[in-house]
Amino acid sequence: MNERKGHQSISFGEEVYIISGASVVGKKEGEGPLGPCFDEVEKDPLAGAKTWEQAESTLQHRAAVRAIEKAGIKNTDLRMIFAGDLLAQCTASAYNLAQLDVPVYGLFGACSTMGEALSLAAMAVAGGFGEYVMALTSSHFASAEKEFRFPLAYGSQRPLSASWTVTGSGACVLAGEKSGARITGITTGKIVDFGLKDSLNMGACMAPAACDTICTNLQDFSRQPEDYDKIITGDLGSVGQQILFDLLEKQGYDIQRQHLDCGMLIFDDAVQDTHAGGSGCGCSAAVFTAYVLPKIVSGEWKRVLFLPTGALMSKVSFAEGQTVPGIAQAVVVEHVPQEN
Amino acid sequence: MDYINAFWVGGLICALAQILLDKTKLMPGRIMVILVCTGAVLSAFRVYDGFADFAGAGATVPLIGFGHLLYQGVRDAVDESGLLGLFMGGLTASATGISAALIFGYLASLIFRPKMKD
Amino acid sequence: MTDNGKNEQTAKKYEKYVKKVTPTHSLPLNMAKAFLVGGLICVLGQYILNTAETMGLGQEEAGSWCSLILIFLSVLLTGLNVYPKLAKFAGAGTLVPITGFANSVAAPAIEYQKEGQVFGIGCKIFTIAGPVILYGVLSSWILGVVYYVMQLWR
Repeated sequence: MNERKGHQSISFGEEVYIISGASVVGKKEGEGPLGPCFDEVEKDPLAGAKTWEQAESTLQHRAAVRAIEKAGIKNTDLRMIFAGDLLAQCTASAYNLAQLDVPVYGLFGACSTMGEALSLAAMAVAGGFGEYVMALTSSHFASAEKEFRFPLAYGSQRPLSASWTVTGSGACVLAGEKSGARITGITTGKIVDFGLKDSLNMGACMAPAACDTICTNLQDFSRQPEDYDKIITGDLGSVGQQILFDLLEKQGYDIQRQHLDCGMLIFDDAVQDTHAGGSGCGCSAAVFTAYVLPKIVSGEWKRVLFLPTGALMSKVSFAEGQTVPGIAQAVVVEHVPQEN
Repeated sequence: MDYINAFWVGGLICALAQILLDKTKLMPGRIMVILVCTGAVLSAFRVYDGFADFAGAGATVPLIGFGHLLYQGVRDAVDESGLLGLFMGGLTASATGISAALIFGYLASLIFRPKMKD
Repeated sequence: MTDNGKNEQTAKKYEKYVKKVTPTHSLPLNMAKAFLVGGLICVLGQYILNTAETMGLGQEEAGSWCSLILIFLSVLLTGLNVYPKLAKFAGAGTLVPITGFANSVAAPAIEYQKEGQVFGIGCKIFTIAGPVILYGVLSSWILGVVYYVMQLWR
């Protein structure tokens, strides 16, 4: 039976499985340490489209189609899709989903959107509201730079705390039918704002939210960090990771042995000059589907806490001198031994 | 000699601006605005004339030189046409730079496509 | 444990802590790079000035040619995607000279061509150049007013 845990968590008694995951990324991501793991590496930054925004839509579309194929279903089998991206008003998702012809909920959770999408999709399946439900997100370096920072040809120096927006998309199909990875619970994140205003240090803006969600998850499920093989954050980067460790230590938790960060996994800063790590809602989605999910299915990791993190700011809030609040949405994914 | 002066003066202005860039949260656009306004002020206090003679391009190529150009234009125009000169001189003096940037910038948009960073 | 940042003191404390753990570029190194590249751009400017003057042009005309050529080169290098790479190395060294101004005009013009001639290129070309021109004109106007009043006084 499904059960509410604490104030922010849900334990799924009903069985929710991730029956497929697919990822499509850009060239730089393909050259990174996880390069061989991705389903597709698109070398053309425009992906054959005319604009960066359309390119992002295209990547998202390919990821969605691949996830549908891998699940062995048709797109019409999907009851609904939870999708989001980083563009204003989530247009990358809108133009992609217009082609897919499937009922849709559009989401915005900044870089945490994959956590949000997986949580809602899991609730939909566990509640019996959909036999097949998809979680889908994307981001694109160029469209994000254009949206949030400078035109690409503008000369500027990036601080070492800056992250590199991942060009890529990840999609998961969730269903009640058995597979190697089961979502057993979620913890909905609260918005946490420590008053930081530096949008070029997003790791520091999001780390307090990650800390909050991790602590809440551990308390709600009465677990210790050791109960997870891995605790995987979305895109805190190297700076955010250090801060997360420090903040958790104050709460009496040490997760240094379990912790991985998708942003730090996807790029090799020493070679790729990305600084703190990758970011964007395509980052956690692509790393989860290409790297984390296969390890859970194979049983290398038995139980994983996956929590994409988001920095909730806009161009306007930045211009008006507002702080950058953070959020982290956690999903518990467990290995399921195959019967035969 | 003029090359050496241009080098170290121009370089020094850039190095000082780098402090602003690294130590404050000022966006590059703001630093450009600060430089231009600073140039106008320095020019108004007559600091610039001797400075430009000494450093040559080291004083005129950095954006503070742009501010100097603007103020100098205003001052000369005021001398020539009085009150009206206040509204004429600045843009007249800086016309080449502004027009060149806009025209070449526009032409660039016809020729070049945005490129991905790697 | 959540502190919603309403407490300014904790916000300050957190900011201070973040500053401590966040790595930064070496300032002296960055300054040296800015010095080198910025200085070299000025030397190039000086070369144009000198050449123009040996061709018999007056100081003002020589200065205009200097701006014109530097701006042309900067726009060209921006279009060829060289200027942003140079800027990554040089920082203020490529921002401060007039070439930085030209880059700030050309970069949005190239990026926003997809959004149309008028509201794409037309508006966005001024994203960074606009404020520079506005405040340059305004500050020189204010100082000019002071100069004008002082002239009346005499």
